[in-house]
Amino acid sequence: MAETDQDPRSVVMLDRLIAHLQAAGVVTEAALRERMDAAASASPRNGARLVAKAWTDPEFKDLLLRDGTAAAESFGFYPAGGPPLGVLENTPSVHHLVVCTLCSCYPRWLLGYPPHWYKSFAYRARAARNPRALLEEWGMHFSRETEIRVVDSTADYRWMVLPMQPPQTLGWTNEELIEIVTADSLVGADVIRFDAAKLSP
Amino acid sequence: MLDLPLDRDVTVMADWPEERGPCHVRTPSYLRGKRGRIVAFLGAYEDPGDLAFGRPTVRRKLYHVRFSLDELWPGEAQAGDSILVEVYEHWLKD
Repeated sequence: MAETDQDPRSVVMLDRLIAHLQAAGVVTEAALRERMDAAASASPRNGARLVAKAWTDPEFKDLLLRDGTAAAESFGFYPAGGPPLGVLENTPSVHHLVVCTLCSCYPRWLLGYPPHWYKSFAYRARAARNPRALLEEWGMHFSRETEIRVVDSTADYRWMVLPMQPPQTLGWTNEELIEIVTADSLVGADVIRFDAAKLSP
Repeated sequence: MLDLPLDRDVTVMADWPEERGPCHVRTPSYLRGKRGRIVAFLGAYEDPGDLAFGRPTVRRKLYHVRFSLDELWPGEAQAGDSILVEVYEHWLKD
């Protein structure tokens, strides 16, 4: 990372900070590179692959819900030193919605950067206070028998949701299922929707 | 160190370290003084309140605690809806 006259001050400051941290033995070029590669390869598609596998393999589903970190590791998604991953299952009786009221905790190492609304004050306040009304606004109506359970990501874990598989997709292949899992559904901000006529194999 | 069994009802400390000076707190203010139930033990981690200031730290047990939204925001949310929050042991009492 060369320093030039054209670099914005923030870039110059970052380069100097990195140089000092390297000189002090806090970070190495290789460790930085590894983290940058992990960040670059993170995407909601990684989460979709875990979900599709869980939908088609009961043993993997058990592992995913019991030890999300190990499940992600088995796909090669887990970077050394990352925070543990917890996965919560949406069912007809409970719908989980993930929020971080204190900041913007999100399983970035797996899913990449959170969507912009996830970091907004409006989402963080409303999700924790009246999630049912928020989900209604987003076009999701849950019966009174379904408990809405908000998950406030406040500490060391990062949380992902295992959405419900639409019954019409039972029997689909892993690759077909990956295509219908959206980023929003991985934090409970959506349910799995799909155009059956267009996508049904 | 507390050892809290699953399904134990606990109260979050009604403490406000923000009023005593610089601090880093991972217990949301809306939970202070509220009653919830332990639903999972999540392991022990270095206290972020110390890590944030580069101080020597201790490992704290972390629990997943479930609170009724109706108790937190009376009259706003539907009865039965809830919120799950990670809370460190030193913020919990019987």
